[in-house]
Amino acid sequence: MRFARTIAYALALPIVLVAVWWFASAGSTSVFWPPLSKIVSVFGETWTADRWTGDVLPSLARLAAGYAVAMATGVLLGVVIGLYRPVRAFCEPTLEFFRAVPPPVLVPVIALFLGYTGDASKIVTIALGCLWPILLNTVEGVRGLDEVMLDTARCYRFSAWTRLRQVVLRGASPQIAAGARQALSIGVILMVISELFGANRGLGASIVQFQRSFAVPQMWTGIILLGVLGFLLSVLFRLVEHYSLAWYRGLRQADRGA
Amino acid sequence: MATALDVRGLKKTYTTGGTSLEAIEQLDFSIGQGELVCIVGPSGAGKTTLLRCISGLLDATDGVVELDGAAVTEPPAGMAVVFQEYGRSLFPWLTVRQNVELPLKEKKVPRARRTELVDEALAAVGLADSASSHPWQLSGGMQQRVAIARAIAYEPSVLLMDEPFAAVDAQTRADLEDLVRELWKRLGVTVLFVTHDIDEAVYLGQRVLVLSNRPTVILEDVAIDLPDERDQLTTRSAPRFAELRAHVYELIQKAKKGERPA
Repeated sequence: MRFARTIAYALALPIVLVAVWWFASAGSTSVFWPPLSKIVSVFGETWTADRWTGDVLPSLARLAAGYAVAMATGVLLGVVIGLYRPVRAFCEPTLEFFRAVPPPVLVPVIALFLGYTGDASKIVTIALGCLWPILLNTVEGVRGLDEVMLDTARCYRFSAWTRLRQVVLRGASPQIAAGARQALSIGVILMVISELFGANRGLGASIVQFQRSFAVPQMWTGIILLGVLGFLLSVLFRLVEHYSLAWYRGLRQADRGA
Repeated sequence: MATALDVRGLKKTYTTGGTSLEAIEQLDFSIGQGELVCIVGPSGAGKTTLLRCISGLLDATDGVVELDGAAVTEPPAGMAVVFQEYGRSLFPWLTVRQNVELPLKEKKVPRARRTELVDEALAAVGLADSASSHPWQLSGGMQQRVAIARAIAYEPSVLLMDEPFAAVDAQTRADLEDLVRELWKRLGVTVLFVTHDIDEAVYLGQRVLVLSNRPTVILEDVAIDLPDERDQLTTRSAPRFAELRAHVYELIQKAKKGERPA
């Protein structure tokens, strides 16, 4: 019963918005603002198997690759910077500067070095954009590790590997997850932006091509698809987070109760 | 009686920038195998500094700490520490069983023996039924029991306890005091128990080392000649308990006024 109500609450607003769009656009004769019924009807014919394998999946694969690179580098560097005070003092101002640079401006720079037609440059764009929130949150998380917990690990003579895996990474994981969540939405944005320059295949590139060829309903289907994919990715993320950080939720609830 | 822990000429001075603070002036004492010794001192007497030096978490400025004849330069294998902040010493992402087991895994204890040790330790502290809970699902007193179980499962030759019951309520504290006495007697482990609570020190210890205020020296090594069988009711109401308590109390008052041993 409670579950049903939660679902109903979550779905109510989207249903209302779709309904409003449906009826408000029903009689539209504007080329740029086609009726929603028209957009829905071309969805199937637009996103064919070829489109999925040639555009959507490669885009998602690049996102996954860039995101994975950013996670690995961000967590690794973050642990090193967070654990060693001199490294932190040395790096931190520079990191703050790089964080302040909006990731999309990197696109022309990367294009200079790598060209902008291949996968590498797009993956690098996504990775560079995702890196900062992961890196900075990891640094914060590692720095905030409890002294007593680290002392405990030393007293029981944990090996460096166990300390890293069981204490440092687990202890910093709530913060790392917060960074990873920010990074995911940045990644989706950059996945699209990276395809707006010099790409002819990809989800973002398709949307631009539809727009340039005045295939307006098709363009709208691309935007809807992008929104749905972004939404599904964040649901997936939250699912993973829900299970891996169950202890953190419990701990916080217990702290509030006390 | 063989010596388990030997502290000779221990000195600790903190130096930050140009200023230096002498925390421990000079400490000499030794603890025999199987003894239960309490250290009590006025607040700010450097109890925690002393414990961190003994456990190898902090380098002493001078002097030596020896555990079973070997100098302590880093946390030694034969020592387990129970910290005051149980909530910060247990790993919240691990279950109770995993918390107790992890140090044993690090010690490369074979799996079967590990399971045995963990089961025994949890049963000994009365938490056999909570093995699969997470620490934060338990009360403060129960969490400290988990920390104690982790320490005894480790089979240390010396167990250090740093004001372990300062953060639990009075009734729980009495139960935990009796638990420490019981485990000490049953396992024959050497215990060094640091506290600021005079009653607790007299009730638990065979000896009570009273510290001066900073820079710390030992004001007196008080032998607690109470019977070995102790319980909260009769021991605490015994006339001898009151005398010892009064004596230690006086010493602490003197320590606060800055009295040094002659």
